Amino acid sequence: MSVVHLPTVLRSHAGGEKTVSVDGSTVGEVLSALVATYPGMNGQLLNDDGTLHKFVNVYLNDDDVRYLSSLATPVGSTDEVSILPAVAGGSDAGGSHLA
Amino acid sequence: MLRLTESVYNQMVAHCLGGLPEEACGLLAAEGTTGDVVTCYPTRNTAESATLYTVEPRGHLLADRDAEEAGNAIIGVFHSHTHTDAYPSPTDVAQAPDPDWHYVLVSLRDIRPVVRSYRIVDGRIDEEPVVVRSR
Repeated sequence: MSVVHLPTVLRSHAGGEKTVSVDGSTVGEVLSALVATYPGMNGQLLNDDGTLHKFVNVYLNDDDVRYLSSLATPVGSTDEVSILPAVAGGSDAGGSHLA
Repeated sequence: MLRLTESVYNQMVAHCLGGLPEEACGLLAAEGTTGDVVTCYPTRNTAESATLYTVEPRGHLLADRDAEEAGNAIIGVFHSHTHTDAYPSPTDVAQAPDPDWHYVLVSLRDIRPVVRSYRIVDGRIDEEPVVVRSR
């Protein structure tokens, strides 16, 4: 089981829990297990094609998984996964809608 | 209402001024009991732009952990508008990540910085009072 730290915006889908434990040997498996356990998170973590959602940052311990092997990054039993929203904006330019 | 300590307010505005000519950004943490913002986490704007900002993801992670360890929580984000009003742009609204957060804008258009705060829920923008208290 891997410990996953949830951002406030996702906690309501997990009964208000800050951290949950799910199975998975890669980041992708952990996120898929998370969605399977808490269906309310569906569409907020992964895109329809199974890639990581643009507006979500996922970390394995201290590292952004996009700089590791993204969803294929191996997750050990003592590793912790943290999910945070990507925080962006600005005074100009077109933006995309956040799921 | 957004209640900030004077220290947080000053740190936030100073970070925005220091980021010129680009937009600057950071995160705000509040005490769980009072809801008052007690910590400012200036972060790097990885967009490195005068019209866009992106909070450095690792800075966000470290701020989130630090706030949690202190018994606080990240409750909002601030960023500067270098040449426009302190009002959320369509980009700000579209990318607002959390309906429970406070969205603070620091306009540097005029000589005197203007700080305003908003709640953004389902695309709706509601301004809220900003109260600065000394500590």
